[in-house]
Amino acid sequence: MEFTEEQLKRYSRHIILPEVGGKGQQKISNAKVLIAGAGGLGCPVGYYLAAAGVGTLALVDNDTVELSNLQRQIAHSVKTLGVNKADSAKQTFEALNPDVNVIAIKERINSKNILDLIKDYDIIVDGTDNFPSRYLINDACVMLKKPLVSGAILRFEGQVTTILPGDGPCYRCLFEEPPPAGLVPSCQEAGVLGVLPGIIGALQATEVLKLILGKGKPLKGELLIYDALGVNFRKVKIPKNDDCPICGKNPKIKELSDFPEQYCSI
Amino acid sequence: MAVKVKIPVPLQRLTQGKDEVEGEPGTIISLVNNLDQKYPGLGERISEGGKLRRFVNIYVNEEDVRFLKNEETPVKDGDEVSIVPAIAGGIKIAVSIQQSAFSG
Repeated sequence: MEFTEEQLKRYSRHIILPEVGGKGQQKISNAKVLIAGAGGLGCPVGYYLAAAGVGTLALVDNDTVELSNLQRQIAHSVKTLGVNKADSAKQTFEALNPDVNVIAIKERINSKNILDLIKDYDIIVDGTDNFPSRYLINDACVMLKKPLVSGAILRFEGQVTTILPGDGPCYRCLFEEPPPAGLVPSCQEAGVLGVLPGIIGALQATEVLKLILGKGKPLKGELLIYDALGVNFRKVKIPKNDDCPICGKNPKIKELSDFPEQYCSI
Repeated sequence: MAVKVKIPVPLQRLTQGKDEVEGEPGTIISLVNNLDQKYPGLGERISEGGKLRRFVNIYVNEEDVRFLKNEETPVKDGDEVSIVPAIAGGIKIAVSIQQSAFSG
């Protein structure tokens, strides 16, 4: 595919980077990325990937836009209140860059649909807000060997890691299982500083572009922790767990199943 | 010089908002038990019956203790211990904010 004059202008600040160039921009245009969740994280990830010219962007979300989302979910607006979030973000991203084929998938991720949803995409981004989806996405990506860029946020703190199945640890190597339901009653404190998902989402989008370009060092085998109040970026190592139930030597998980809904953070 | 312990945001309400506290050298489990004396409730969030919980990770200088000696991993003066829970953000809750939240 040849770039038009307009596209050359649009992507010129990429193309002049030796690490990107015309070939790299082609790779970005040919890439297919699926973003699970069009909320706090999915909005900035999708926004930057659409701006970068990622050819196909799928957004999976079955929620509708509410007023309380607009404090941080920057792809939505008062004009799309009540609209499905994937549809709302699709309008925004297409307005930013009509080159991008944005696919809105208005479904909730479950054990029945996840493999089918991700199978045609090169890279998966986790921007979901709950543990059941997070574990399902990890397990499905391990099964289909899809690179996964995982991000999570809570209050003033965020976590990011890149999972390359077959080449490093997975999310279950890091946290083998989600916190049990109702163990610790701290859900009341689940606020989030509006800009936090912007920072974590931008880091996720950066990881996606690096993977597409094959440049730099992916954030694999490490968890990046950002603490907004203390202004700290820390990394801790994620060793590959040989006993991991999904990517270990003798995986116990052979097929996907749904977790019960109500999990809380500690 | 003591052991530096990094407290994750969700547990900071048990440490009077502090993101870093001092711990006693020894083993991970003795450190957790000692912290629980100073900051009641912290211990049970991290461990149960002397075992670390599986959804909270503890790192000594960036190394996951599960791949060292787990609860018995030694910690000495000058080490940095990080407590890192699984988080999933944006948990749906029915938030009812009153005008009173804006006073004081």
